Amino acid sequence: MSEPLLNVANIETYYGPIMAIRGISLEARQGSIVTVLGANGAGKTTILKTISGVMDPQKGTVTFDGQEIQRQDPDKVMRYGLSHVPEGREVFPLLSVRENLMMGAYTRKDADGIAQDMELVYTYFPVLKERSEQPAGQLSGGEQQMLAISRAMMARPKMMLLDEPSLGLSPRLVKEIFEIIVRMNREQGMTMLLVEQNAHMALNAADYGYVLEVGRIVMGDTCARLKESDDIKEFYLGIKEHGARGKRRWKRKKTWR
Amino acid sequence: MINGAAVGCIYALVALGFVLIYKATEVVNFAQGDLLMLGAFIAFTLIALMGWSYWIALPVTAVILAAFGWGLDRAVFRRVIGQPQFAIIMVTIGIGIIMRAGVSMVPQWGTETYSIDTPFSNKVVRFGDIVVAQEYLSIIAGTAILCVVLYLFFRRSRLGIAMQAASQNQLAAYYMGIPVKTVFSMIWGISAAVATVAGILLAPVSLIEANMGLIGLKAFPAAVLGGFGSIPGAVVGGLIIGIIEQLSAAYLPDGFKDVAAYIVLLAVLVVRPEGLFGESMRKKV
Repeated sequence: MSEPLLNVANIETYYGPIMAIRGISLEARQGSIVTVLGANGAGKTTILKTISGVMDPQKGTVTFDGQEIQRQDPDKVMRYGLSHVPEGREVFPLLSVRENLMMGAYTRKDADGIAQDMELVYTYFPVLKERSEQPAGQLSGGEQQMLAISRAMMARPKMMLLDEPSLGLSPRLVKEIFEIIVRMNREQGMTMLLVEQNAHMALNAADYGYVLEVGRIVMGDTCARLKESDDIKEFYLGIKEHGARGKRRWKRKKTWR
Repeated sequence: MINGAAVGCIYALVALGFVLIYKATEVVNFAQGDLLMLGAFIAFTLIALMGWSYWIALPVTAVILAAFGWGLDRAVFRRVIGQPQFAIIMVTIGIGIIMRAGVSMVPQWGTETYSIDTPFSNKVVRFGDIVVAQEYLSIIAGTAILCVVLYLFFRRSRLGIAMQAASQNQLAAYYMGIPVKTVFSMIWGISAAVATVAGILLAPVSLIEANMGLIGLKAFPAAVLGGFGSIPGAVVGGLIIGIIEQLSAAYLPDGFKDVAAYIVLLAVLVVRPEGLFGESMRKKV
């Protein structure tokens, strides 16, 4: 079996004295979409920040494309081909859309390739082309999310880390964005690590999923199987067998505890 | 009027330095005026003591000071980032005092006052009836050129746009692979170089001495007037302060010249606290 593109082994990351993630291992194979599900405060964002180097793990290793990248500065990590689409979009508000995209390609020197990729992201998100000279701060939330994803694409990375692309968007826009994420994965062969609260969308888009609870991974399986799991159905998808409790008077407990 | 505009240009350049550093790193650098002073002293050494030509000494001094600003960031400010604003401001004031004291200890410099001979000294230009000293024109022209160069650099060049990006959203800039720390050091360098040019342009008009850096205190209202954080604002603010100062010297009783800048500052803070060109955009968390 081939080596996974990204391999995270037993990382532990702290916010001061508080242990935010407690020994997490996960892997992502070339060309797949891997998702990490979890509620607020489960540590999803922390995992991504640890991978991209914004936070340093106390223990454990992050191996990307055969190299250990933990505890390096984020601008270095990015140069290995790992683009991070941060939570809450984080575009450069006063730069134009086009300049934002140029910044995405900051580490690249090939002007022709950059121009080509600019056209490519415009085909995925035509609205960005219409607004290419507007300051990014004037875009709507959905457009900013599109811009953030496109900006990460512009680096032509080997892998993208997506942190809650659905955050604060209408259901229709969420659907649109997920469709494009899947298209990018299929057409460009882009490996993706997707962190989401919106379990329904994420499980439909991804190939493999992990479930994260208070800093630990409690399940890891293919998304098809996860969708069938009773725990996931009840606690993440909100699907209840008719009259979920039935004759039970107690609340169902999660079986992984 | 022209003299006022010229002095205003100097304020504008110093204010520009304030704003550049503030926008990028959120540090208010009270040593900005002292960078100007150090630049003027180095230019004085090269020109008067070593006999270099003005046109060679100008860029060389700017490069030396740019390196100095860069080093200052690497050695000092990179370490205090994340400390309370108050602490950082104290550090900048302290560095200003150290530079002032340090300069007066250098044997050839001391506490004397000096002047530099420039190609513009003691020449005048006539526009019809108006006679203007070339020194003042050189300040205005120099400022204008520098502003255009900086404008093109920040709007057009990849590095310039990256600097804007880094100051607008540090974290995202990191994710783009922009080496944010290095970029901040470069901004310190640019800012120090701008102050140096201001110092050299000012040298023929005023005298070079260890306390000339106090001009920074006048440039500060200029930066606030323009809306701290706005580069065109800093330039316009500087010009306004300079012109108001000259006019109040001419038409108002003695002493108004020195307080005029602060009166304007107070008025602006009361009427329009965000400054003339203040950006309504706040940093979103």
